[in-house]
Amino acid sequence: MVKKEVTVLNATGLHARPASMFVQTAGKFKSKIFVIKEGNSINAKSIMGIMAGGISQGTTIEVQAEGDDEAEAVDALVQLINDKFGE
Amino acid sequence: MFVKEGIIASPGIVIAKALVYEKILVEVNKHKIEDTEAEMVKFQNAIQKSHEQLEAIRIKAINELGEEEGAIFEAHAMVLDDPEFVEGVEAEINNNHLSADYAVKNVTDRFYEIFDQMDDPYFSARAADIKDVGTRVLQNILGIVQADLSKLDEDVIIIADDLTPSDTAQMDKKRVMGFATNIGSRTSHTAIMARSLEIPAVLGLGDITGTVKTGDLMVVDGLTGKVCVNPTNEQLESYQNEKMKYQNYLKELEALKDLDAVTLDGRKVELVGNIGEPNDVAGVLKNGGVGVGLYRTEFLYMNSDVMPSEEKQFAAYRSVLEAFPNGPVIIRTLDIGGDKKLPYLPMDDEQNPFLGLRAIRLCFKEIGLFKIQLRAILRASVYGHAHIMFPMISSITEVRQAKAILLDCMKELDQEQRPYDKAVKVGVMIEIPSAAIAADIISKEVDFFSIGTNDLCQYTLAVDRMNQEVSYLYDPFNPAILRLIKQVTATSEKKDNFFTGMCGEMAGDPLAAVLLLGLGLYEFSMSALSIPQIKKIIRSVRYEDAKNIADAALNMDSGEEIMDFVQESMKKLNLNI
Repeated sequence: MVKKEVTVLNATGLHARPASMFVQTAGKFKSKIFVIKEGNSINAKSIMGIMAGGISQGTTIEVQAEGDDEAEAVDALVQLINDKFGE
Repeated sequence: MFVKEGIIASPGIVIAKALVYEKILVEVNKHKIEDTEAEMVKFQNAIQKSHEQLEAIRIKAINELGEEEGAIFEAHAMVLDDPEFVEGVEAEINNNHLSADYAVKNVTDRFYEIFDQMDDPYFSARAADIKDVGTRVLQNILGIVQADLSKLDEDVIIIADDLTPSDTAQMDKKRVMGFATNIGSRTSHTAIMARSLEIPAVLGLGDITGTVKTGDLMVVDGLTGKVCVNPTNEQLESYQNEKMKYQNYLKELEALKDLDAVTLDGRKVELVGNIGEPNDVAGVLKNGGVGVGLYRTEFLYMNSDVMPSEEKQFAAYRSVLEAFPNGPVIIRTLDIGGDKKLPYLPMDDEQNPFLGLRAIRLCFKEIGLFKIQLRAILRASVYGHAHIMFPMISSITEVRQAKAILLDCMKELDQEQRPYDKAVKVGVMIEIPSAAIAADIISKEVDFFSIGTNDLCQYTLAVDRMNQEVSYLYDPFNPAILRLIKQVTATSEKKDNFFTGMCGEMAGDPLAAVLLLGLGLYEFSMSALSIPQIKKIIRSVRYEDAKNIADAALNMDSGEEIMDFVQESMKKLNLNI
């Protein structure tokens, strides 16, 4: 399993558009991917889970992946967050 | 017989039989099960069946209501496939030994509550989607068949607690004549749907489902917000009269749609629409607007999490310009600051936001942002008759400064060899009194004026109209305001190829139409729905009479006196509002 901590930087957090970008990116990988926020585990491929997670600007989360492409998956998602979703 | 009063959601009057559409909501009780596999099969079959139903509804919705409505059901299908939803239900069945129905109810409620509690309209809408999907899956597990509204034998008024997209999409639109519901507001799905189907709707009636029976004759009066159940013969006759009157009125307005806004003695003016986004164009066209007098571009910025790119803005401006091959489209540059903020543009709190860093002043500070917008407008200008309008101008110096930046953008585009309309029209909002008083000076640098009466009134009369203690002072009929308007139109009349318009609320006020016409206003820009009524007034009056009315008004003491005089004069000219 690969995991990495990252702080959400974009102004709106994982709101509508960033949330769907995040979920779409996660969906491209075969690995099981989870976001850990304050001890709660959220399926990164679930738009409902991610949006309901209330991940706002300044929140630190952990991205975990397990599977054949776990390293690539974590890198891609962390980079998306660090790039502020292309803002 | 009884009458109930609710919220007007869609205008018109309809008389028809009631059809009470009640959601069959069974009690789902918690009970433990042993055979988890059987429950899993039930759940999977229900998901499968729900997918099939949603696909059928989606196709029907696209055909009858358009792509946008169809997309709702795509979003519903995504909920059915969502891992948190599916795995949540499966966990309840396998780990907690709950029955499939209770598991679905549990998980749906959990997500519904999370989304419903978020203080954001986007998430409230998602909450409604989730509830709609959860109910569908639940009904499929329990084998409940919802009353079928897709094939109706006679015209009916639908009586319901509330209507969801799933309900309205499957309805037999030819037979559904009106809505009356227990809950809802002007912005709820039922209201939006009623307006798009152009059928009357009164919502928020409390317990209408409990007091009306299927088959009752009833009236939904979307003009007064009343419903009348089992009316007496006299009431019925009176409603039939009202209905006829309203239909005649609509026909009269409809007949004017493609006619010019021209007075009896041949003075032609231009009636155009105020829009906030490209979608609003349809309403302007439908109501006979010949162009756009105010495109409020701030919605492009406010409805986004990020600064809208040049490409995104270009696409939006282009689509509006292409909708009016022969008419003007006045694009107002970003009017933000004051009470309107952007999540991605930090702004300090100000003592006096309305006298502070807003609109053009903010754009001068954020030149990068301003240039992106100007470049997008310029690039779109080859697709129609683009007019660029700068807001919050107080003197000619600011106009020159803004035009210098515009020139920079033109040079950049020249270098990049991108086409733009080199003769693009440039104008300013007249909303600060200094700009109205010095209109003759400012006119040297521009091609048109547009008077923004809302702010002009606030600044001239020094009154915050949101402050209930002083809002009584806010009066566009105040002689000082009329004199300022006159000063602006008089300047523009002296110049060739120059026009003055108005894009404040006053332009769409039927009581102000004759007065403004008489003051020499050329272009009236208003919310699309007001256009037919203003056109009717313009076409029923002589310009000479309007001028006399305006001249007399300019010499009166107060807004009250002017308003009375205008009303009296219109009555004399047989102009009914």
